[in-house]
Amino acid sequence: MDRIMLSFARRKVLCGKFSASVLGKAFERIPRATYPSTRNYSSSLKEMTVRDALNTALDEEMSADPKVFLMGEEVGEYQGAYKISKGLLDKYGPERVIDTPITEAGFTGIGVGAAYYGLRPIVEFMTFNFSMQAIDHIINSAAKSNYMSAGQISVPIVFRGPNGAAAGVGAQHSQCYAAWYASCPGLKVLSPYSSEDARGLLKAAIRDPDPVVFLENEILYGESFAVSPEVLDSSFSIPIGKAKIERGGKDVTITAFSKMVGYSLQAAEILAKDGISAEVINLRSIRPLDRATINASVRKTNRLVTVEEGFPQHGVGAEICASVVEESFEYLDAPVERIAGADVPMPYAPNLERLAVPQVEDIVRAAKRACYRLVPKSAAA
Amino acid sequence: MAAASALIKFKFPFRFLLLRRFSESPAEPVTMETSLPFSAHKCDPPPRSVTTSPSELLSFFRNMTVMRRMELAADSLYKAKLVRGFCHLYDGQEAVAVGMEAAITRRDAIITAYRDHCIYVARGGSPFEVFAELMGRRAGCSKGKGGSMHLYKKDASFYGGHGIVGAHAPLGCGIALGQKYSKEGTVTFMIYGDGAANQGQLYESLNMAALWDLPVVLVCENNHYGMGTAEWRASKNPAYYKRADYVPGLKVDGMDVLAVKQACKFAKEHVLQNGPIVLEMDTYRYHGHSMSDPGSTYRTRDEITGVRQDRDPIERVRKLILSLELASPSELKDIEKEVRKETDEAIAKAKESPMPDPSELFTNVYVQSYGAEAFGPDRKEVKADLP
Repeated sequence: MDRIMLSFARRKVLCGKFSASVLGKAFERIPRATYPSTRNYSSSLKEMTVRDALNTALDEEMSADPKVFLMGEEVGEYQGAYKISKGLLDKYGPERVIDTPITEAGFTGIGVGAAYYGLRPIVEFMTFNFSMQAIDHIINSAAKSNYMSAGQISVPIVFRGPNGAAAGVGAQHSQCYAAWYASCPGLKVLSPYSSEDARGLLKAAIRDPDPVVFLENEILYGESFAVSPEVLDSSFSIPIGKAKIERGGKDVTITAFSKMVGYSLQAAEILAKDGISAEVINLRSIRPLDRATINASVRKTNRLVTVEEGFPQHGVGAEICASVVEESFEYLDAPVERIAGADVPMPYAPNLERLAVPQVEDIVRAAKRACYRLVPKSAAA
Repeated sequence: MAAASALIKFKFPFRFLLLRRFSESPAEPVTMETSLPFSAHKCDPPPRSVTTSPSELLSFFRNMTVMRRMELAADSLYKAKLVRGFCHLYDGQEAVAVGMEAAITRRDAIITAYRDHCIYVARGGSPFEVFAELMGRRAGCSKGKGGSMHLYKKDASFYGGHGIVGAHAPLGCGIALGQKYSKEGTVTFMIYGDGAANQGQLYESLNMAALWDLPVVLVCENNHYGMGTAEWRASKNPAYYKRADYVPGLKVDGMDVLAVKQACKFAKEHVLQNGPIVLEMDTYRYHGHSMSDPGSTYRTRDEITGVRQDRDPIERVRKLILSLELASPSELKDIEKEVRKETDEAIAKAKESPMPDPSELFTNVYVQSYGAEAFGPDRKEVKADLP
């Protein structure tokens, strides 16, 4: 029952006056008075930001296993570039919270080597754009080692950090790397949306014996979500490889991950007013991809819209579309719709930036198209 | 020349003449000088005087002979097309592998690049496992899934076997971080070549190793050619032992197994107290970079023959053993015959090992797969739940 209340409460949070601006204003907090039903249950639906969710997950896992340590730029004395690692240096000391020089290739390789030895490193990239300097270590040194060594060298490492567009940071600081990493066998790629996701998936990632790429989102760090006592428990974790149906529906399936889950849920609200019941799937795990859940949903709704922030070509949506066409072709009543970032490097000017990333209205329009209910927007120049 | 400059101190030399079997040679210490002095950068070099024993010298001879035979056999197997892809041979460089092993324990770690067959054997692996892996058979040390460049022996702290030039430099520093974190009192020997010595990530990880006092010895196996490019064409400063600037370095005659042993012993002690050190091993490979490289387009045959005649590591030890009368020439010949026979048997046995089962395509992708799916080229035809 708690789970239903939780999703109800979360939807309430999202129903507030929210403008889906790229600057990502914090969800408006609805005062307690409008949560009448929750009063009947334990008053234990706390609010937690994604930042705190990640921080507590790191803290608890470091406390539980002395082999877990964190390394990256500014993770220690600066308390974390985005304050995700706040307080950890004081608590665990400089041997377990290591400030590195600005040398991604070097420190990522050192992290992977420590994982070869048997420690459980968490390597933080200030953003995943900088992971490109270290991508040889993520792929060739980490992802492939267990296979090449026939199981002798396992790599229990987590690479984490913000991924995708922030606000006004320009082309070199805005790329989404989900599709690139998720194409590589040997890696697991996770992307949380809510605080529950952040806590559960990060804990699962740290406990996992394989290399995990953990794609966070800078805009979401400050967002608050209700969390149940189960989520707050230190043993909480979310299974890897399982998507979550954030909102049930019967007319069209919308898949998304990270920040786009929030946009998709808003789109679902708008669609509901037009009588379209959208099912929103929060992928959570990009690799392994939960094809079973996606296909089961499409077999129910017969229509699919994939949503992602990254570049469209060879993207996550392309893989989902292919999977559905291969496994559920007879169930599709409409072509699969893809919403993705624009096929351009991220521009700086705010109006262009807004045009380069998906907006809620794009998701709504695509869903309506999939339901054959759209009056098409006139083509841009 | 070694005999002339050697300072030999041991009792009752005639005792050894009477011994018929080398395995009964006592462990009585023998002290001698390395053939060349060490050159040092920002440190005091170790003494040239090295302590060894008859049994150790004979084991050096045997182990290097095993390695030499194995690499020459790999050459033949490659030409017979039983080995495919890449095959980077180590013959000429055996003294580095054997001397290093003599100075350290199996809990000290070694990581190297793709010229790894002999390091694997030095760490306790068998030539049979190497041959089987080269031929892609399931008895190979990586079950046929790695190949020549991906030999590992974790139980002997050998972390491979890496194909990307320079990438294992930070990996080695990371293993040293693990050793320091676990307070093991062990060290890591990270072996790279003169070709990798210009890689940026080497200097990135060297900086962190020095900053954090990681117990890592950076061993540059300088065989003077990075693939087909001579060191003077690739490096503005080819004095690799000085290239680490703020980190001390030592230049070592890499063809002298005793010098290698001395340097590695010195380096291990240094690194446990003071953080990283660089050892530049002046060595030579007789083969080209790999089996696709004849090795004679960028260097003269005279140069190769010259090194073989003057500096071959096995011949050097043979001369030393004979001059100290630790064994007779025929005893050494017997060892060589025995090694040849063992090598042939290993090859024959490796040839009998079958290819991996097709189901192995999908094993070891993850340690814990949660039943995730993987697909073959035709996903409707070949699909597996990962074990």
